[in-house]
Formats: sequence, C-alpha cells, structure tokens
Amino acid sequence: MAPPLPSALRQFGKPRINRTASPVLALATPWLLVMLGSLSPTWPVIASAPLLPPIGFLLLVGWQQLRPGLFPVWAGWPLGLFDDLFSGQPIGSAVVLWSVTMLMLDFIEHRFPWRGFLSNWVVAGAFIAGYLLLALQIANLAGGANSPLVLLPQLAVAVLAYPVAAKLVGLADRFRLIPIRTV
Amino acid sequence: MAAPSNRRPGYSRRAQYGNFFGYIAAVIGLVVGVLLLIVSTGNASAFGGLRSAALDGAAPAAKAAAGARTGSQTLWSALSGYFTSGARVARLEREVAEARVKLAEQAALTEENSRLKALLALSQNNQRPVVVTRLIGSTSSSSRRYAIIGAGTTQGVLPGMAVRSPLGLVGRVIEAGHSSARILLVTDTASSIPVRRASDGIQGYANGLGNGTVQIRLSTTGVNPLKRGDAIVTSGSGGIYRPGEAVAVVTTLTNDGAIARPLSDPGQTEFVAVEALFDEAALADAPPMSASAAPVTARTTTARPASPAPRGARAPGQK
Repeated sequence: MAPPLPSALRQFGKPRINRTASPVLALATPWLLVMLGSLSPTWPVIASAPLLPPIGFLLLVGWQQLRPGLFPVWAGWPLGLFDDLFSGQPIGSAVVLWSVTMLMLDFIEHRFPWRGFLSNWVVAGAFIAGYLLLALQIANLAGGANSPLVLLPQLAVAVLAYPVAAKLVGLADRFRLIPIRTV
Repeated sequence: MAAPSNRRPGYSRRAQYGNFFGYIAAVIGLVVGVLLLIVSTGNASAFGGLRSAALDGAAPAAKAAAGARTGSQTLWSALSGYFTSGARVARLEREVAEARVKLAEQAALTEENSRLKALLALSQNNQRPVVVTRLIGSTSSSSRRYAIIGAGTTQGVLPGMAVRSPLGLVGRVIEAGHSSARILLVTDTASSIPVRRASDGIQGYANGLGNGTVQIRLSTTGVNPLKRGDAIVTSGSGGIYRPGEAVAVVTTLTNDGAIARPLSDPGQTEFVAVEALFDEAALADAPPMSASAAPVTARTTTARPASPAPRGARAPGQK
C-alpha cells in the first residue's frame, strides 16, 4: 500500500478556487519544448547515419494538432531559424519548411475541424515524410549528394515516434497549465 | 463546434487585425526564409559565424551531457560486467580492434618507409595533436553528417584540420567557434578523402555515402583488386590528411571499387584528437618558396621524386 502523499503535493495539479496557471509558464512552455527538441544535435547521441527523427519538427506538429492556435501562425520562422542553427541544414531550410507547415496545418485545422488521433497521425506522417524529403533536397542543393533511400529508416522511426512526441506534448500541456499563481 | 468558414475571430477589430497581421508575418517569414536559403545554398560558409556562436552557447550543456554519456556507459558496462563479464569482453574486443588497426597502420608505414627510403628525401614528422577533446554531438536528423567537438579557436582548432580517434580518421574541421567546432564526418556525402590500400598502395578516393559507409573509388581501371577486409588508409595526397591514417575496412565489393565501413564509429568514440594541418607542417619545413608552390611538395609523399630534398635531415618514416 502506497504511503499517502503530503497534502500540498496531492493538491498540486488540481484546480483550486484561488489559483490559476502562470501566464509565463503557459506561454513559454510550448516554445521552450520545441527549441529543446531542436537542440537534439547537441544531445549525446553521435550518429554516422541520419536515424533520429527531427524532434523539434515532431513537437511543433504535435503542439499544432493538440492545441491549434496556441502558436501564432508565424511561429514557423523563428523556431525554424533556431532549428537551422543546430541541425546542420543550410540556414533557411527549416525557416521555409516550418513556415509552410504552420500555414498548411492552419488550413487543415480550419478545413477539417473534427479529427481523431489516427487521422492526426496520418496527417503528421505525411508532413514528416514531406519535410524529410524536402530537407534532403535542400541539403543536396548545398553540397550533399544523398539518395532519398537513405531516409527510409529515419522516416520509419520518425512516423513511429510521432505518438510519443504527441504524448510528450500532452504532458507538457498539463505541466504548462498547473495552477500555481495566486489570484 | 465547427470553425466558421471565414477566419474572422469575432467583432473585435483588434483581434481581426491581429489575425490578419499574423498571416502577413507568416508569409513574410516564408519569403525571408527563401532568401536565406538562396544565400546559404550558394555559399556554404554563409552564416557560419552565427552557427558557431549558437554552438558555443549550447556547448557547456552539451559537454556536461557528453560527460554523462561516457559516465553512464562505464556505469552500464560495470553493471553488465558484474553479471556477465561482458564489459571485459567488450574491452578486449576493442583492444583487438585497435591492435588490428595499429597493425594495418604499421604495415602501411613499413611499406611507406621502404618507398621513402627509395626516395631518400621525404620524411614524415610526428606531429603532436593540437588538442584532444570530446565529441559532444552530431547532426542526428539532418541528412548531412556533421559532428560537434568541444574545442574551438581558443584551443587552436582551425578549419581544415583533420580529426581522428584512436581507431582511425573521424573527419575534418569545417567551422570553428570559440569553444566548439563543427566537423565533417568521413561518411558525409561531401567528404572525399584520398586513400590507398594499406597493403600495397593502390590509390583511390573514399567518398561518404551518408548512410554510415564510404564508397572506395579506385584511380586505376581494370580488374578490381580489392578484397573484403582490406584496410584503407589515407594516402596524403592533397595535403589535408597525413598519410597512413586508418580510414575504413572493405565490406562489400562493387564494379569499380568497394563499399567500406569506417573504422572509427563516431557513436562509440569518446575522445578525438585534432591534428595540425598537414600542409602547414610541410610549409614550415620547406625552404622558402611561393605559397602556391609549397603544397605540391606535401603531395609528393607518394609519387614524384622529391625536388631539392629539403627535409633530408630527418629520418624517414619516423612516426
């Protein structure tokens, strides 16, 4: 039998009468989480082949599908610029691709308002595939010479990782709305 | 509730303008991104300073994480060794792999030595590495293969320097920040390294394939002389890489060469050594001559009979 939690801890995430979410936390968490995902090249994983999913991109799509409208529609370019600084792609690649992604996801949100998790996954998978392929083409323009076949394992990993990213976004969404500010 | 067909957020004029300017900003961002892309694909080193500054900013945390990586590896191997002695086997296997590489390098050196004795003019001085540092990260999701090391210009790292691990060549520095540098791994598709077979010196190039292997293209035509298991070492042509450094082992043969697996898997490499520019070493030793002519002497390690024998004083093949 689990020992009872201290009452302060038990009350932590629950809505209370005179508590509300901190606006700083509520607004900054999505941006910080995506930027943290963009920093994945500095994580201690050294890969001699592209294998890890584009984590920042997965988190961006995850946020946009879980909380449409939380990111402004122009959020693609600042976040993409940050991603470009670390990803190894030529600068501007994610600025363009992430901006297009935000605009297209915004369109899909307005065109198909009722979606389930499966349809979200299918849409996200299509976006991931398009993103990886176009990013490869851009990297090839800037001096690489990869064949698109190199992408197949990464694409599989990325599509399978999308539910995990969506779950992570859900956790972060709960974290961001913890009522800690006294009103 | 379904979203309204027009995107009007309500009667608030402020909200309507906010919505409208949001789309304007998104489209402007897109256009600026296209312009950035045109600049940066035309000139690969554009925005290099920006990237290096960002890397320098992220480097302290990355270095700490890299320390944790090696720490957790040893912790894991200690745990697994406690139960299965797997760590000991892993260590012995690594030692054997290193010894095998050393053997290949020795064979290459012996072969080179005999050739140099014939020439009696060129020597290879044993350079100390500029700095020994950690590999702290790599572009794990982009199709380009870059890695990040935890040393920069303050430690003397300059673009063009070769980076190697105890097992063999890792890549070369292409951008150096203050305390971090970006290196082009040998498996990147833009990487092309002049190599030769360790046993007999057949010349060729090792081009990265982007999927963790390199393609060996031979300079000779005719019957493909390569065999599985052949060790490939740098030939020193071009003056970027010092001759005789282990690069890869042939795994499968193709029509005009082979696919080879790099010996130094960067994922299992903890520390790497950054080596001084091979060219500069040659320049420092060479007699005064025009800067454009000097690299040619560095290239003569393999082929041409040495011109005026500038460095005859040092014993050949000292490495």
